[in-house]
Amino acid sequence: MAKTIAEINEKIRQGKAVIYTAEEIIGVVKEKGLKQAAVEVDVVTTGTFGPMCSSGAYFNMGHTRPRIKMGGGRVTLNDIPAYAGFAAVDLFVGATAIADDDPRNKVFPGKFSYGGGHVIEDLVAGKDLRLTVSAYGTDCYPRRALDTWVRLTDLNEAVLFNMRNAYQNYNVAVNLGDRVIYTYMGVLQPRMRNANYCTAGQLSPLLNDPLYRTVGVGTRIFLGGGVGYVVSHGTQHNPGVRRTERGVPKAPAGTLSLTGDLKKMNSRWLRGASFTGYGVTLTVGVGLPIPILNEEILHFTSVSDEDLIAPVVDYSEAYPNCQPEILGEVTVAQLKSGEITVAGKKVVTAGLSSYVRAGEIALTLKNWLEAGTFLLTEPVAFLPTPDSGYAFKPLNERPWEPPPGKI
Amino acid sequence: MGTPAGQDLTVGFVKQEPTMPQKKVVLNFPPHLIDQPLTYRLVRDYGLIVNILRARISPNEWGRMVVALSGQGAQIEAGLNFLTETGVVVEPLAQEVKWLEERCVQCTACISPCPTHALQVDRSNLAVSFDRELCIACGLCLSVCPYRAIEMSFA
Repeated sequence: MAKTIAEINEKIRQGKAVIYTAEEIIGVVKEKGLKQAAVEVDVVTTGTFGPMCSSGAYFNMGHTRPRIKMGGGRVTLNDIPAYAGFAAVDLFVGATAIADDDPRNKVFPGKFSYGGGHVIEDLVAGKDLRLTVSAYGTDCYPRRALDTWVRLTDLNEAVLFNMRNAYQNYNVAVNLGDRVIYTYMGVLQPRMRNANYCTAGQLSPLLNDPLYRTVGVGTRIFLGGGVGYVVSHGTQHNPGVRRTERGVPKAPAGTLSLTGDLKKMNSRWLRGASFTGYGVTLTVGVGLPIPILNEEILHFTSVSDEDLIAPVVDYSEAYPNCQPEILGEVTVAQLKSGEITVAGKKVVTAGLSSYVRAGEIALTLKNWLEAGTFLLTEPVAFLPTPDSGYAFKPLNERPWEPPPGKI
Repeated sequence: MGTPAGQDLTVGFVKQEPTMPQKKVVLNFPPHLIDQPLTYRLVRDYGLIVNILRARISPNEWGRMVVALSGQGAQIEAGLNFLTETGVVVEPLAQEVKWLEERCVQCTACISPCPTHALQVDRSNLAVSFDRELCIACGLCLSVCPYRAIEMSFA
């Protein structure tokens, strides 16, 4: 029996909608069968809480008296450079930005103890941040310097805007080399002594809607503890990768671009993160509700960790050199057991994405829906599908050469 | 009283049976003491079981040893008093590594590097926990935690 989003919303308003998390639904479908469960269940909620580097936030700082033109000038928040290439007082802070005088990897491995991700966390936590501006001065914006404390409530708009979140599936990272390597997938011991993975598995948003049948432009979601929206597919969206018979990608595939009002978010769900020897990032909490419109969609949401497959990639050679080969495939269930076997060798595993927090997000979203405070949205447009031909390509490098005749 | 010959005195992570009181301490040896067989004295004179968890001894430098001491009643304190009198600086170990639960997001990144399983994960729900008793303050977890949820204090 097919349902519509409007019908489900009516049940949510009346407090009659039947909602399960993506973890709970596995048992429900096993017990009741797909047909019966599809009649009963209205929404399945998902969640993920992991480092997502292509995240950031934009702000309107308000005008000073006399006015200052931050656009085209140099701006920092807690020493972290903000991008100011906009109108006078609009700024963007990216998750991986670091201070100009951060020692980086000069003493290897660098600590990267503070950066853009931490600026966003601190701002959301209500802390005071130091804003410095150096501007060139114009007739209409005469002021040239500013050094002041600011906090979230002082700003006009403060909006989280992430160009790539919620990667559908991710690599399992190992190190075949003979020295320790420091990567965005954590510290990897030589000769494959450990493996790090990053997925919420059976709770993961896009692994529960593998063919993007319900998620689309405008989908209302849990974002950073508040309410957010899907902007569109995220950068590096690559739906055409190999998939299992359930339609679940066996390699990193779809992504989402997300946005939401930072003033309504919570620093529990937006955390700055420091990766030794690599850099800083922002760990983002995302929860996607999946309306159970029909049996097929319910079938997709009943996926379990045993059905999810991730590729094992060597981060000493293959990854840095952008080579496609993988060392094998493992299931998320194996990764979560603490040990996988790669090329006949037993390797201990550790995660970078929090399954505990992912479950808390799915449960929070379930509570919001049950309370009738969160309604589902009809997507305005869908994401590029696996058969769309949409693909992610490498940079075609065309080295610059000086024009002939000029030295 | 006989010496506990045959006891494991090598570097290892033996969890002692809870039959005898046990105490984990950091022993800091001034350079002039590093050639003294002080561990032997603890064993012979005080009847202590000395489990060396970590040690760093080099000529002409302060040596540092993390030990778990087991013994009868007041013997541990008596042994530590002896060490203090000879010039060894004794520090408690338990205060060294702190797991800041409210900063921890339960990502499990620290689990595989921890050699003694002091940082553990419950595989049924992937929740992280920290057992101070098992911690040897090796510090391997510090650089792998992206959230600065583990701190080592050198108080």
